[in-house]
Amino acid sequence: MSNPTISEDAVRHAAKLSRLSLTDDEVNLYTEQLASILGYIGKLEELDVEGVRPMPHALDQVNVLRSDRENQGMANQSALANAPDADPPYFKVPKVLGDGGGA
Amino acid sequence: MDPTTTCLITLRDAIADRKASATDVLDAYLARIDRHNTALNAYRELIIDQAKQRAAAVDAGEVTGRLAGVPIAIKDCMCHTQGTTACSSRILEHYRSPFTATVVTKLEAEGAVVLGKTNMDEFAMGSSTENSAFGTSKNPWDTSRVPGGSSGGSSAAMAADLAAATLGSDTGGSIRQPASITGTVGFKPTYGRNSRWGLVAFASSLDQIGTFTRTLADTALLSQIMFGKDPRDSTSAAIDVPQDLHDIDADLGQGPLRIGIAKQYLDESANHPAVTKAFNEALDIYKKLGAQIVEVDLPHTEYGIPCYYIVATAEASSNLARYDGVHYGHRTTEPTPEGENAIQHLMSQSRAEGFGNEVKRRIMLGTYALSSGYYDAYYNRALKVRRLIAGDFETAFQHCDTILCPTTTGPAFKIGEKADDPLAMYMNDIYTVTANLAGIPAVSVPGGFAEEDGRQLPIGMQFIGKAFDEKRLLRIARLYERETNFGQQRPTMDPFAEQRYWSPPNGL
Repeated sequence: MSNPTISEDAVRHAAKLSRLSLTDDEVNLYTEQLASILGYIGKLEELDVEGVRPMPHALDQVNVLRSDRENQGMANQSALANAPDADPPYFKVPKVLGDGGGA
Repeated sequence: MDPTTTCLITLRDAIADRKASATDVLDAYLARIDRHNTALNAYRELIIDQAKQRAAAVDAGEVTGRLAGVPIAIKDCMCHTQGTTACSSRILEHYRSPFTATVVTKLEAEGAVVLGKTNMDEFAMGSSTENSAFGTSKNPWDTSRVPGGSSGGSSAAMAADLAAATLGSDTGGSIRQPASITGTVGFKPTYGRNSRWGLVAFASSLDQIGTFTRTLADTALLSQIMFGKDPRDSTSAAIDVPQDLHDIDADLGQGPLRIGIAKQYLDESANHPAVTKAFNEALDIYKKLGAQIVEVDLPHTEYGIPCYYIVATAEASSNLARYDGVHYGHRTTEPTPEGENAIQHLMSQSRAEGFGNEVKRRIMLGTYALSSGYYDAYYNRALKVRRLIAGDFETAFQHCDTILCPTTTGPAFKIGEKADDPLAMYMNDIYTVTANLAGIPAVSVPGGFAEEDGRQLPIGMQFIGKAFDEKRLLRIARLYERETNFGQQRPTMDPFAEQRYWSPPNGL
């Protein structure tokens, strides 16, 4: 983290993990902008955080449970109502397996 | 009395006393929206049919409650079964929610009439609404300036009296910053007070729903109705809500009033001179009221923004993974290659087309901060710094009841002024972001005006309080509001602004 620059390859990798198609121009732009932002975030290195307990959440509550009773779930029709493509009762996606199957 | 320029409680009472019909009130607001929304772009969508039915039901006595007939607006990231819930993003442009957010349901159960959805920065990421896919909202005090963000449509609507109250969400300052620069009251309660069920998630450990109002009394009433544990949101807090929360003018009790001030908020080279002056005047008001002024130290304040931009983007990168072009939202129409990469292509292309630049930037930053090899250096370190920031407040509140500080360093900036510089934009939240990281409540109250280009532009004073002690926080802030009343001043939006064409029935 002491070197805040980020390479184009790292941006392409983050984009791939994020499932975002980027143009080459966008890769250039984000490489520059993310380097600048990460440079600023490098400020956190000034602090000694040895032994400090991480704080992922503002409330300390854990394991909120509800009683084990059946609840009315969302109707299939409602769940599919906003789908870009559906074949009730399923969501529809492009074919992912070749004709030979056996993936 | 014009129903669009009175406060919510007075309007509510007028309807309850049958001095005004809910339908007439609604028509007055719709006429005002019709007149001003083109210039302000405060509303992204109106839900007129339902609003008219609800108002008629109030007039028929079928709908009653503490907000019967009161027209309100909700931010576009709050689900409602009427209309679309777009989060001001192309990716959700046509999304129709099968349910309504809990806090909105609670307000409607008390008779509130929802007018529509207000514009915002896409997925609540921004400080100006310039990141909305549906155009920038304008500040009613000067339409060449931003109304703040991300809840900028809600602040603009409130400032221009296009609703009696509006809802916003605040992840790093997204209610308080826009309230400050539009001259409205903006309140972010303690994390966990308001249910987040039905709020489109940005950063789940920071997001909190809150209100924009004309007065603190209106804020307290809405909070009384909205607060509480919701079985549908496991992060909502099972902590009792005081029954007299709404009673804003009640005695403070609990011994002497101690106002904390911290040098970290009072850098005269950072703050506009009018902000420094307004702060000192606020301090004088409390001194005259007999309050003790206590200097407190919040040494980690300057690490708030870098800490926030790791925590918030990490959570966002995970939350926004749900927009996959499969279950709901935009799907690319580009032909998808068959085979094992088909789904990845479909998702990557749909997301690239559906998300705007700032959202993409934050998803990638968050993904990077969580990725193998960087997790400890960025995300885990940020969580530790977050603990230090929360600790600063815990120590400070051993010595004071509330911390008084400016909400923003200055008044509204010009549209386009910071649009190309993400870091400059992020600095807008410098005085607000630590309250989100610590999870504590804070309210911005109109604090007067700063002159820029010959115009009077609003600025805000912020009161930061102890977790779950909103009652005392709002009552302390009320002492300032009572002495100053800056919130009663209105922008002059156009030459016709004073010529309201709604004529009050029965001499109201």
